[in-house]
Amino acid sequence: MIAIVDYGMGNLRSVQKAFEKVGHKAVVTSHPREVEAADGVLLPGVGAFGDAMFHLHELGLVEAVKNFAEQDKPLLGICLGMQLLFTTSEEHGHHTGLNLISGHVKRFKGDFKIPQVGWNSLNLKREHPLLEGVKQDDYVYYVHSYLVDPTDRNVILASSDYHGEVPGVVGYKNIFGIQFHPEKSSAVGLRMLDNFGRMCKEGVLL
Amino acid sequence: MLTKRIIPCFDVKNGRVVKNVSFLTNERDAGDPVELASYYEEAGADELVLLDITASVEGRSTMMDIVRRTAEQVFIPFTVGGGISSVEDIREILKAGADKVSMNTSAVKNPQLITDGAKRFGQQCIVVAIDGRYDQAKGDWEVLINGGRTPTGMSVIEWAKKADSLGAGEILLTSFDQDGQKDGYDLPLTRLVSEAVSIPVIASGGAGNKEHFYDVFTEGKADAALAASIFHFKETSVGEVKSYLKKKGVPIR
Repeated sequence: MIAIVDYGMGNLRSVQKAFEKVGHKAVVTSHPREVEAADGVLLPGVGAFGDAMFHLHELGLVEAVKNFAEQDKPLLGICLGMQLLFTTSEEHGHHTGLNLISGHVKRFKGDFKIPQVGWNSLNLKREHPLLEGVKQDDYVYYVHSYLVDPTDRNVILASSDYHGEVPGVVGYKNIFGIQFHPEKSSAVGLRMLDNFGRMCKEGVLL
Repeated sequence: MLTKRIIPCFDVKNGRVVKNVSFLTNERDAGDPVELASYYEEAGADELVLLDITASVEGRSTMMDIVRRTAEQVFIPFTVGGGISSVEDIREILKAGADKVSMNTSAVKNPQLITDGAKRFGQQCIVVAIDGRYDQAKGDWEVLINGGRTPTGMSVIEWAKKADSLGAGEILLTSFDQDGQKDGYDLPLTRLVSEAVSIPVIASGGAGNKEHFYDVFTEGKADAALAASIFHFKETSVGEVKSYLKKKGVPIR
């Protein structure tokens, strides 16, 4: 069973329906115990970093997600949920994240359209079970104003180009992040969610 | 590379697609918005816009049901517009599964709604729709509200900039002069707005053939192009437009 963490932010229904579509059962929950006991955890999120951490703390979910991650079971953050996995963010101030992957979250800077909205092609950097069936230059749907800057760039499994390299998929041990929206990226995104679902069932390779 | 988006749009009234959609008439239910949404995902649409033109309360709850069903079956982003005038309305539609909401008249009347919506749900889901008409005397485009019936005296470019600074995530720009004319998007207007704001601009109104999409992405500097009847009446298809644009060197999925 996959637990989709509900902390009052984000469109949880889409992710849940996407898992259903590819044959994986997912429950939406805000109970720390249910999160810790799941086979896999999905941390969704839209909105602001600081608010998200505030709500996670308030619901006792920061510890639950960290405890879950320590069990070496697959944890996947999507969009803001991916950014929350990192150490700090500069979104509206300075905020501390879950620090499951070392690195920072920074805003796009430059004379171009922000947020990045739309379909961008993926540059695959490493082979990974999460990317099984995903091809070089496959398109995925992004909407974001902030991007992650991992301390170890080797955690970047796939990236896109938007006025510089944008980490699209990251992976460190059993912790994964997807900056774009797989649940809105049609067949390519559904394939990745299916991959994650299978990793949850079979247990992740470290 | 980030690609330009092609966005089919359809009007929904009391749970049905209003305009005749010629290619679905026989074997399938022509009027079901969810079927149409699935069709367009298959056809390669990058996003969808569903406009609720229902006035009644019953129609409203029917629309919610459509949003829910669309979210269950469609795995590309979709925006819902029409009759959204409070943070509570936004919440309801997003909760039902829409990715973005589009606001027009209500944003003009209550610009704070843009800021409140963006703060609560994130900038990315707040689309400000602007209907503009060229005013020859002023040599500028004026914002119209209430479906084009009410002139506001506001400049489109100024309002677009303000919407951007208030926290809008995208501008959906419709040329009232070009809408329904099928002789191309309003290129000067689209370009002026696109250059004036720091957020993406979706051009709307006037698409009549595939060349018009090329023009609006190049000369018009649009980030996305919306069209309705040209797709619904099968004058061209999303696929045909996309392969034409690709051949011309426009970044397209």
